[in-house]
Amino acid sequence: MTADPVLALRGLAVEFRTKGGSFRAVDGISLSVARGQTVALVGESGSGKSVTALSVMRLLPQPLARIAAGEILFRGKDGVALDLAQQDDKRMRRIRGNEIGLIFQEPMTSLNPLLPVGRQIAQAIRLHQPVSARAAAAEAVALLRRVEISDAPRRAESYPHHLSGGMRQRVMIAMALACKPLLLLADEPTTALDVTVQAQILRLIRRLQSELGMGVLFITHNLGVVAEIADQVEVMYGGQIVESAPVAALFDQPLHPYSRALLGSLPDAAAPHRPHRRLAVVPGQVVDPRRPPPGCRFEPRCARAAEVCLAPPPPIAAAPDHQVRCPRWNE
Amino acid sequence: MTPPLLEVENLSVHFTGRRSWFGAAPPPVRAVDDVSFTLAPREILGLVGESGSGKTTLARAILRLIPASMGCVRFEGRALQGLSQRALRPVRRRMQVVFQDPYASLNPRMTAGENVAEGLRLHGVGERRARAEMVALLLEQLGLPAEAAARYPHEFSGGQRQRIGIARALAVQPSLIVADEPVSALDMSIQAQILNLLLDQQERRGLGLLFIGHDLSVIRHFCDRVMVLYLGRIVEIGPTEAVFADPRHPYSRALIDAAPAVHPGRRRTRAALAGEPPSPSAAPVGCAFQTRCAHAVAACSAAPPQLRRVAPDHFTACLRDDLPPPSVL
Repeated sequence: MTADPVLALRGLAVEFRTKGGSFRAVDGISLSVARGQTVALVGESGSGKSVTALSVMRLLPQPLARIAAGEILFRGKDGVALDLAQQDDKRMRRIRGNEIGLIFQEPMTSLNPLLPVGRQIAQAIRLHQPVSARAAAAEAVALLRRVEISDAPRRAESYPHHLSGGMRQRVMIAMALACKPLLLLADEPTTALDVTVQAQILRLIRRLQSELGMGVLFITHNLGVVAEIADQVEVMYGGQIVESAPVAALFDQPLHPYSRALLGSLPDAAAPHRPHRRLAVVPGQVVDPRRPPPGCRFEPRCARAAEVCLAPPPPIAAAPDHQVRCPRWNE
Repeated sequence: MTPPLLEVENLSVHFTGRRSWFGAAPPPVRAVDDVSFTLAPREILGLVGESGSGKTTLARAILRLIPASMGCVRFEGRALQGLSQRALRPVRRRMQVVFQDPYASLNPRMTAGENVAEGLRLHGVGERRARAEMVALLLEQLGLPAEAAARYPHEFSGGQRQRIGIARALAVQPSLIVADEPVSALDMSIQAQILNLLLDQQERRGLGLLFIGHDLSVIRHFCDRVMVLYLGRIVEIGPTEAVFADPRHPYSRALIDAAPAVHPGRRRTRAALAGEPPSPSAAPVGCAFQTRCAHAVAACSAAPPQLRRVAPDHFTACLRDDLPPPSVL
């Protein structure tokens, strides 16, 4: 385990009830995020990565979903570890936006279209801190500067729809950082942005993190983004973490057949064009979390599947900091 | 030399704003501005650019889904401007589209088989039974199970839906397919399946492909030639490897530099391109990229630079011949 974790999930399971019965969208995941560390949770649709993020914020859709098992340990500003899975709404409101900052894929849905962005940031500050309106307004402008928005005093007066997508994401980040959170939860924050703006935002998150020493839990489906930003990677598939490793180890030596197949199937932006070349393919469809196979979740698509894979595989420590959920990882 | 499959000449699409009560009408938004290129039979031409660059508008104008303001499009040697909807019909059969979100382009009330057969029916191809056989064969070629024809779009995963979308486009035997971000909405592990499938069909049927995308690694892998669009104008066009290995326009360079690393050991540490593209309604006079360009000089604000040849088949719309060599990727 890493020193000084700000967040630790232990055996987290989230159950959804639907007309067709109940299923576990997240099935027993454990991970930790230290201060100053960026942990990327990477997976495809139905992998459970976003449900994990919602659980940490306690924003799961009610009454459809519930935390069925496990702990969400969060060490707050007072230094006491708290199990967020057990906290009531009132307590969570004090933690959200104050001790845990949040940024989403589409900032437009989280910004109030009727208020200038500076006012919204000031409101977020005053919600959690006893400061005057004037001080909060000044702090809002300072935050806009901090997220590299030029002409911040004028921009503070702008409404969200006057801003470009990249600018709105900067405003979201300013708002998330307003209360100097210990943990930043970023759910696909650059997915809707163009590559040049994505590069700017990733760089900004990296810079602010090293200045503020926050832990960052970064949720993404894009392995390129993982390579850019992560220290530690948790690869999710079908509600489970199938591989957990430092970022260089994952890219240099992926051990799980899913991670290997995925990395092998991506076109390489640095490889010269050769006509008629085919990509390596991961066969089959992405697992449906409502109907997981009984054993390894990846078994139906796995080229190396064998008898042993029909039983649920436990995580194995292939190296002190490298876990893999595959019984045949070293064969 | 074979005549081109598609010739686009000086194509412009301008949207005029509504004039306010008093003042004059605002200047038109040049969504696509003076675009010329050709696409050879069996060629895969990539079209890249950021949002607002006019990629989709250009595609729609080529397909005559929206009217062009100026310029002309010739397809299989025939000028499309001025053709009536009726006269366009047989042409439409030869140029098909594959969309980003196949769910939005399939009729949810029709089975997969009916969706694929619709084009055949509209164009009066074959009897009902013959059409069903053609559809079954096509679905099988595209890797879908035999019973797929009887199921509805919502019963399929995203990757399977895209296979149906491709089957629908191929059913009427086109010679050109415009693929607008065909893998952007798909899961990572499914993208390679669909790209390989498109390539198989392209080779097998000798299709020309206009491939619109924003993921540069996909473009580099997939396309024979690539053109880069910025605020409605082509800023660079050339053979894929030439453009990627030796980009001559500062914007192409910035775009390639901004693409995420392929390995954590190769993270970008240099300054990314600052700012965002100006709105097409507020594009500067002269080179549209000058507001973000590190190499801009006075001449850049005089007039929009024309494409000039820098190597065989490789053109750039940058005035400067003396740019420092691009950083090694």
